[in-house]
Amino acid sequence: MTTAEKTKLKKIFDRNPKNPQALITVLQDIQKEFRYLPCDAMSEAAKQLGVPLSKVFSASTFYNAFSLKPRGETIIRICQGTACHINGADLMVEQLETELNLKVGETSTDLKFTIEVVNCVGACAMAPVLIVNETYHGNVRCDRAVGLAKKG
Amino acid sequence: MVIDSIDKLKKMQDDACQKLDRQKKKVLICLGPGCLAGGSDQLLSEFRKVLKQKKVKGVTVEAVKQVGCHGFCARGPLVIIEPERIFYTKVKKAHVKDIVAKTLVNGEIIEKLLYTDPDDHAKKMADYQEIPFYKNQQRISLRNCGQIDPDRIDDYIAMGGYSALGKVLTRMKPAKVLDEVSKSGLRGRGGGGFSTGRKWATCAKIDDEPRYVICNGDEGDPGAFMDRCIMEGDPHSVLEGMIICAFAVGSNYGYIYVREEYPLAVINMQKAIEAAREHNFLGKNIFNSGFDFDVLVIRGGGAFVCGESSALMKSVAGEVGEPRAKYIRSVVKGVFDKPTVLNNVETFATVPVILDKGSKWFSSIGTKKSTGTKAFSLAGKVKNTGLVEVPMGVTLRDIIFDIGGGVPEGRTFKAVQTGGPSGGCLPEDKLDLPVDFDSLTEVGSMMGSGGMIVMDDRTCMVEVARYFLHFLVEESCGKCSPCREGLYQLLNLCTKITEGKATEADLDLMEQLSKTIQIGSLCGLGQSGPNPFISTLTYFREEYLAHINDKKCPAGICRSLIKFVINDECTGCMACIKVCPTEAITGEKKKLHVLNQDLCTQCGSCEAVCNFEAIDII
Ligand SMILES: Cc1cc2nc3c(=O)[nH]c(=O)nc-3n(C[C@H](O)[C@H](O)[C@H](O)COP(=O)(O)O)c2cc1C
Ligand code: FES
Repeated sequence: MTTAEKTKLKKIFDRNPKNPQALITVLQDIQKEFRYLPCDAMSEAAKQLGVPLSKVFSASTFYNAFSLKPRGETIIRICQGTACHINGADLMVEQLETELNLKVGETSTDLKFTIEVVNCVGACAMAPVLIVNETYHGNVRCDRAVGLAKKG
Repeated sequence: MVIDSIDKLKKMQDDACQKLDRQKKKVLICLGPGCLAGGSDQLLSEFRKVLKQKKVKGVTVEAVKQVGCHGFCARGPLVIIEPERIFYTKVKKAHVKDIVAKTLVNGEIIEKLLYTDPDDHAKKMADYQEIPFYKNQQRISLRNCGQIDPDRIDDYIAMGGYSALGKVLTRMKPAKVLDEVSKSGLRGRGGGGFSTGRKWATCAKIDDEPRYVICNGDEGDPGAFMDRCIMEGDPHSVLEGMIICAFAVGSNYGYIYVREEYPLAVINMQKAIEAAREHNFLGKNIFNSGFDFDVLVIRGGGAFVCGESSALMKSVAGEVGEPRAKYIRSVVKGVFDKPTVLNNVETFATVPVILDKGSKWFSSIGTKKSTGTKAFSLAGKVKNTGLVEVPMGVTLRDIIFDIGGGVPEGRTFKAVQTGGPSGGCLPEDKLDLPVDFDSLTEVGSMMGSGGMIVMDDRTCMVEVARYFLHFLVEESCGKCSPCREGLYQLLNLCTKITEGKATEADLDLMEQLSKTIQIGSLCGLGQSGPNPFISTLTYFREEYLAHINDKKCPAGICRSLIKFVINDECTGCMACIKVCPTEAITGEKKKLHVLNQDLCTQCGSCEAVCNFEAIDII
């Protein structure tokens, strides 16, 4: 880890309570800062919170919110909730996978794009929904997906 | 400002009302999830910008208000001009200048932005209360959604907020509160429909300290967004309900567990908590009554099973969200092994109204055994998608056809899915069923949290069952084998059907397996997991048999059983060529395109983009 990264990490530990109960919150903060859970950060969390590393690992693989692999700058999420599913969300996946030459869950080697699927983001009335980083796009016809994703 | 008496609250309410009234004209901009996906945040800044540049008499920049979900998402982004309730639909950034110049300055109504009656295009409705979508609703838990700025506690108080809390803390004993809630007949809105009054009373009786109050804002049911809209659009109503609950059961600590897919809900709940602390609705000696209570927001980790009570409590404690067997209920031993009341967002949001207007009033709404109203999120193949709230006991048909407007032109209604992955799909002949907890369970579905997804003739029920099983397999925590292995095998068999490789014997096997899973699973996820399969098999058996015996998918969805062909309607527009992921379609502009069956993966992208109905499914 670089010094800058270590400082970021320290800030996270400083603003959270140092007990096992804070584990999920701390991991969420790390994930938010680094866009994934770096190995070093996980062992540091184990030390700081007094939790065995195995438990940290178990929590980070249990919850969908965490990723153990670095993720791209642009995170493309396709909603796979029921409403989006029956409104053709799979077609968006198909378009994005083909165009970016990635499968769901993968990140491009240049760390530009990650494709992920999520279980409903609560905008079901506008299904199918595509989320590019923090921006929601509703009623997306499959041929618009790639354009929206690349715009960032 | 600290509000420690009813008088002070009353004064604050009067001030807030006056302040709201002084800016007579108001522009409400919906920032609910649907409108936001349509770019309503840009409308907000554009309105503010335009009003800064162009002075309009009687309309200040502050008159532009952000509000939570107004409900009619299908017509979003929505802009409402108060006090006339002029209802502008599908508003774009380019319309803003016009709205300011015409409606705000001259009071002129812009016809093209109004809601049009789908049966009579000449009939435009300006006042939203006349639109059938709104006219047939009765709003209790959603009372303030789309009406107030969620960031402003003044707005909530102007609508009578925190007055129920004031009444409870200054004039009522905990036992009386428990009694009122019990008498109201309120049942939990999170899925199970357990009596809220009884849950609270049980917890209050347990001789163990401290007690906890938790609000379940995990809303994992895909296709449901009521809780999101309440947390984002009216967070104080949830807090007020929780504080009342805490007082009734004798708790000083609360948690709100919000799923991480709802970042705005997390922010708005957090802001509401801070504002409530500032006014001493949270903290020490609330309303000078000697009662202390405070709340923390916990972000979920994106696991469906964490909506289940015991898993949620594990997650709150920073652990992996695995449910436990419930020999001892969580009201007795919940979070940190202490007595805990867990209720859903909508349940808590309803509580203040009950205490304000009385249990008699509340129990007079709805049916005898399911009192009050219920919010539903209407989505899928229905015209008026959005958020609705109706009295219990209205029929599915009322909701889907009168309010929802039915399925889009040219399609026919096939089924409605309620209760999410734990619920089921009901066919046309069950549409006259009253919507209440017990009727829906009787026919093999369930009320669930309120997600209602309409399906048309282009939805394959076998594929829907496969979809839910896949969802549950992914989301099963893996602790007990009936759920972990059973659902996995059920999914394999269901996939076999969609691929046309199954026999009728497989159906029998699936039915047997379903029973085992229902009986043997540890928590509600597994116990109700086979429901989507069982209900679709009960009501759509012929569709299963078509897949098995005729190797056909009547809805034209299951890829192994269909083929796409291009017919003579093709104009040669090249849209399908651009979109085909396997380059199976070739052709030139203005010439009939050709589809190479060897390369086609039957994804259906071509059909989705074709404007000329030139793609047939055989
Ligand atoms: C697998 C599973 C998922 C659940 N998800 C939710 C949920 O997302 N939100 C919710 O309020 N209740 C959910 N529940 C129901 C809760 O366990 C619990 O019954 C409810 O929150 C109690 O609140 P209520 O009495 O106000 O309904 C779920 C239950 C199960 C078995
Ligand atoms: S199903 Fe996609 S947003 Fe809910």
